[in-house]
Amino acid sequence: MRRDAGLLVTVLLCGAALLWAIPFAWMAVASLRPGGAGNADIASLFPAGPLSMANFAEAWASGHFPLWYVNTVVLCGGILGVQCVTISLAGYAFARLRFRYRETLFHLFLLQLMLVPPILIVPNMTTLVALHLYDTLPGVMAPYFASAFGVFLMRQTFRTIPREYEEAALVDGASRLSIIFRVLLPLARPGLVAFAIVSVTAHWNEFLWPLMATSSPSTQVLTVGLASFTSGAEAGSAWGVIAAGTFFVAAPLLVIFVVFQRQFVSSFTLSGIK
Amino acid sequence: MIGRVSAPPDQPVKPVSATAFPIAAGSGAIARPRPRRLRGLAAYALLLPSGVFLAAFTYWPVLQVAIGSLSVQAFGGAAHWGFGNYARLFADPHFAGAVRNNLVYAVGTIVPSLTLALLFALSLRESTRLTALLRTLIVLPLLIPLVAAASLFIFIFLPGAGLLDYYLARFGAAETNWLGDPSLALGSIIAITVWKNTGYYMLFFLAGLAGIPQELLDAAKIDGANTVQRFLRITLPLLCPTLTFVLVIAVLNVLTQVDHVIVMTQGGPSDSTSLLLYYIYQQAHQNYDIGLASAATVVSVAFLFTLSVVSLRTLDRGIHYEA
Repeated sequence: MRRDAGLLVTVLLCGAALLWAIPFAWMAVASLRPGGAGNADIASLFPAGPLSMANFAEAWASGHFPLWYVNTVVLCGGILGVQCVTISLAGYAFARLRFRYRETLFHLFLLQLMLVPPILIVPNMTTLVALHLYDTLPGVMAPYFASAFGVFLMRQTFRTIPREYEEAALVDGASRLSIIFRVLLPLARPGLVAFAIVSVTAHWNEFLWPLMATSSPSTQVLTVGLASFTSGAEAGSAWGVIAAGTFFVAAPLLVIFVVFQRQFVSSFTLSGIK
Repeated sequence: MIGRVSAPPDQPVKPVSATAFPIAAGSGAIARPRPRRLRGLAAYALLLPSGVFLAAFTYWPVLQVAIGSLSVQAFGGAAHWGFGNYARLFADPHFAGAVRNNLVYAVGTIVPSLTLALLFALSLRESTRLTALLRTLIVLPLLIPLVAAASLFIFIFLPGAGLLDYYLARFGAAETNWLGDPSLALGSIIAITVWKNTGYYMLFFLAGLAGIPQELLDAAKIDGANTVQRFLRITLPLLCPTLTFVLVIAVLNVLTQVDHVIVMTQGGPSDSTSLLLYYIYQQAHQNYDIGLASAATVVSVAFLFTLSVVSLRTLDRGIHYEA
């Protein structure tokens, strides 16, 4: 009786998980299916006949994927680079120093967890225009240079590091900045890695803000490019090409995820809020 | 495969090695104390870089929309102060529709995705090769952009030739216009959201479950509590903080993610999938009605602000892993 129930649960679970995987399975099968537009069996989840890379070639040729990749990598890298500096400094201040209004300021920082840039697109666009940053990648990055989540995470991470390390360095006459960057940051690597994973995933996948903050094709990132690419290919019912284009956009993170799964999972559960 | 998901507070801490910093031992007293004032200044200097960007892109925008929403643009004349934008906003049936849709969307996505996430977490908490594989499959949608998910689902929902209709036809179902029928479109948008977010919430439940001491459950079992009793009396109460935390994130997602609406339906057909943020986007991007967009932004900021004040304690607890 109990064994039967257990078996039933397992079967149901496998069914649900397979259901979850269907969109990915279709993406793989459809992108490898030869024939391009007008294939009647394009919806079939089972490959028939020889596989072909034609859809990938066509997607690559009709979108500006190299440019979109470069822009996206620059965007994610630029945001992460500046964030690492800002969150380390602020995280250190909140973790180690005593000063007036510390709690109040910390709560003010945390507000950014809720008031995320997509909500504030209208005023932030005005700000970008005033700063002459509209339609530039630094403009897309700027609202993310400060990260409440990152500050929070670094504060927690710094607190786990025994004070003896910095006190030793202080005795040697090191400045506060060199203590943060030379002594503490190397020890805080687990926290930084967790933050980097969450940050890069969030910005690689983001759409609305880059869409609104840019207008010319040269500043498009992968998600914005994919959206215009899809609407173009959709008109021609080139579903295999859309599947291939979607694969180009989704694949890098999927591959990295499968390789570094443990790290990803612990980062995400640590994060809660992007 | 996703291996055992451990309880959150396992941030690895490097053991202090006495040999790495021989001088460290007992040197605390030698460090020269700094004057109090200077110390405060140093702290503010360290907060400054973050503070500048927060001020420019979080605090100022909130003030700016608040001011902008009160500035009423008259035809050809100068702007004056007043609640005209709010009056127009609350009189706008499109706004009321967007709020109503957003409520349906909130309940429609949060209830199923949290329930499914909890069920998955409960049944996949043991670590075996199979559960690890299943977890991975369920988490994968979290990794792809919502726009990419939308691109896939545009085809899945395609009437006739699309994946859903292709397979439903085998059961004799007729062609359905999933995204084009006003009574079905929001449901389709909800389906893609549930697919995308359930794995994310499951990760939190797995972490929460890992934090529940097995001895408690074993003791209850010995005392004769059955599975349901153990779940309702032990697991669920202990999971409450996680549940609240996930709920806050889910509400935030409901208000801040409209990428799929923009790509798949543009709020249509007949406004049936227009959500609050989509309405704001539309007013700003298509109608260039900044007053109305600002007023609508204020409404959603006010809601999020309330939510953050209410949940700050929860958030603090949820991601507060003191060493």
